[in-house]
Amino acid sequence: MSERKNLFNKVWDLHTVREMPSGQTQLMIGLHLIHEVTSPQAFQMLRERELRVKYPDRTIATVDHIVPTDNQARPFQDLLAEEMMSAIEKNCDEFGVRLLNLDDNRQGIVHVVGPEQGLTQPGMTIVCGDSHTSTHGAFGSIALGIGTSQVAHVLATQTLALSRPRVRKVEVNGELGSGVYAKDVTLHIIRVLGTQGGVGFAYEYAGDVFERMTMEERMTVCNMSIEGGARCGYINPDQTTIDYLRGRPFSPEGEAFEKAAQWWLNMASDVDSEFDDVYQIDAADIEPTVTWGINPAQSVGVSESLPAGESDQEALDFMDLQGGQPIKGQKIDVAFIGSCTNSRISDLREAAELVKGHRVAEGVRAMVVPGSQQVLQQAEEEGLHTVFSDAGFEWRAAGCSMCLAMNPDKLQGREMCASSSNRNFKGRQGSPTGRTLLMSPAMVAAAAIHGEVADVREMLEPAHT
Amino acid sequence: MSSEIRKVTGTGVPLVLDDIDTDRIIPARYLRCVTFDGLGDHAFEDDRQQDESHPFDDARFASGSVLVSGRNFGCGSSREHAPQSLLRWGIQAVVAESFAEIFFGNCTSLGIPAVCASRADLEKLAAAIETDPSTELTVDLENCTVSCGDLTAEVTIPESARTALLTGQYDFLTQLLEASEQIATTGKAIPYFTSFA
Repeated sequence: MSERKNLFNKVWDLHTVREMPSGQTQLMIGLHLIHEVTSPQAFQMLRERELRVKYPDRTIATVDHIVPTDNQARPFQDLLAEEMMSAIEKNCDEFGVRLLNLDDNRQGIVHVVGPEQGLTQPGMTIVCGDSHTSTHGAFGSIALGIGTSQVAHVLATQTLALSRPRVRKVEVNGELGSGVYAKDVTLHIIRVLGTQGGVGFAYEYAGDVFERMTMEERMTVCNMSIEGGARCGYINPDQTTIDYLRGRPFSPEGEAFEKAAQWWLNMASDVDSEFDDVYQIDAADIEPTVTWGINPAQSVGVSESLPAGESDQEALDFMDLQGGQPIKGQKIDVAFIGSCTNSRISDLREAAELVKGHRVAEGVRAMVVPGSQQVLQQAEEEGLHTVFSDAGFEWRAAGCSMCLAMNPDKLQGREMCASSSNRNFKGRQGSPTGRTLLMSPAMVAAAAIHGEVADVREMLEPAHT
Repeated sequence: MSSEIRKVTGTGVPLVLDDIDTDRIIPARYLRCVTFDGLGDHAFEDDRQQDESHPFDDARFASGSVLVSGRNFGCGSSREHAPQSLLRWGIQAVVAESFAEIFFGNCTSLGIPAVCASRADLEKLAAAIETDPSTELTVDLENCTVSCGDLTAEVTIPESARTALLTGQYDFLTQLLEASEQIATTGKAIPYFTSFA
C-alpha cells in the first residue's frame, strides 16, 4: 500500500471490482441517486433484459427537474411532465426503489436532498444521471454525472465501466473579501482554467479557503466542477464534514457513527500526497464575479469591463452586450435565486439579509425557489419567505425551476436574468433567445433590488462607497 | 453483443464551432419524454430556429452522417438525449477538436465513434465538405484516421473506447453483469456497505 495517496485514488482503489477487457475499471457504486428525467429509459432497458435493481437500498429517487414550483396539483397541466411523474412512480414501485415524491417532505433537488438527508457521505462513490452530481464531492466522495445507459448499468449491477482520471489539486489560499462567496470562487476557477481545463481530471479543492468553508459552501464549489470540464471535484472530509453529518436521517448512528467518522477522516488525502497537477489561486484576486457570455468561463469581476476579443464576439452578439462596457449597471428583467448550486438555507439567508427593507426594482420579475422541502420549511420557520415576499419576490415550492426550465418557470423572449444557477448556455433558461448572467445569490438579490447588476459589497459596506 | 465498429463512412456535416453544449444539441424541453424516440427531429432545434443557414437545415448536408465540429463538443449536461438525438438525426460519427467527457462516454455506449482531430485538419475537412457535399468521409478506427478525398488525417480516441468499438463490446452491461461474484466480494470489503459493522 502506497503512502501519500490522495483521496481520489484511495476511494477508487477501494471500489475497484476488476479491470475490464477494454482497460477500464469496473467500479462499485455506493449511492445511486435517480430523478424523473434520465431514468425512464434506463428502467425500460432493465425490463427488456429481464433484470432487477441489484441493490435497491443503495438507490434512492426524487423528483425535481419537471415539477412545477407553483401549482403542484396532479395531474400536472403539462401532460408530458405528468407522464414522466407517472413513469418514475411506476418504475420505483415495480423495482422496489424508494421514491421521495412530492407528498414526502424530504423531496427536492436531488443534489440538495442527498446531503441534507445524510445519504451523501465521505469515501463513497456516488452517481446520478445528472452532471451536477459533482456537488456531492463536497463530502470527500467520488461523485459522477452519468448518462442514461450508465444509469441502467448501475441499476442492474451497482457498477460502472470507467477510465481513471488524473487528479489536479486546485489550491485557493488567503482571505476572501467581504461580498465574495463560494459561487465567486468557483466562477473564478472556471474563468482562469477554462470550460475545458478540467477535461481528464478530477479536482481536489484544497487550501485554507475551502477548509474554512461550511458544507453548503463546499457544495456550491464542487457543484460547478463540471462547468470547468472536470469529471468531478471533491474536498477532503474534516471536522466540518463530520459535524454536518452527525444526526442526519441516513447517517450512521451511535457507535457506528464514531467508527464511520474515523474512517472518513482516514480517507482524506495523505499529507504530501501526490497529484498529477497543481494549480494555485490567491483568494485576494477573487471579486464578486458575473458571467457575461454563453459559457460559464465567460465572466468578469463586477468592477471589470467586458472583453472585446474576436473569440468573444459570438457571445457578445447573443447577449447583445458590447466589448469594453462595464458589467455593473447592466439592466436585468428577471432575478432567479435557486438551483442545485445555490438554493440551500445559507444561500437564502444571505440573500434575505440583503433584501430586508428593500423592494425589487420596478419591472423586474424576481423569484426564490428553495432547493428542497426541508429548506423551504426551515426558511419559513425563520421568516425568510416573508422577507422575500415583502420585497416583491415570488416564494415558490422546491424544484429545479428556471435553472433549466423543463417546467413552467421560463424566461420569455430576450429577457436578461440575474441567476444563481450554474449554466448560461444559449436557451438554457427556457427561452431560446433568453439571456443569463450567473452570479452569487447575494449578487442576484442586489441586482433584483437595483434592477441592474450591482456590486453587493456596496450594500454590505455602505460606509466605503 | 453489439456489432463491431471498425469504420464509419458517409457524407459530412460541417459545424466547426467551439463549446457546443448539450442544451444546444437538444434543448431541455425535449427531455420531457419517457423514450428516446422522436428526439432526432429536434437536434439543434433552437440554433436552427435562429440561424437559417444552420448546417442541420441545409439540404446539401441532409444525408450527412459524419459531424465535424470544434473544441469541447458536448459540454454541459449529462443527458444521453444529446447523442441519442444526433444518432436519430443520422449522425454515426463525430470528429471534433475535443469532447466533454460525459458526452464522449455516452457516445461510446451508443456505438458512436467520437474522435479528435487537429483544428487545421477539421477546417480542411469542413472546407472539403462545403466544396462538395457529396464527398464521403471515412472515420477509420483501426488506423486512427479520418479521410476525405486526398486528405488523410490522424485522429485520436482513448484506447479503451477504441477497443470497445472495434470489438463490438461498447454495450458494457453484458460485461458488467459477468462479474457478479467479484461485485459481491468488493461490496463486502467496503465499510459503509456493511454499515460500519
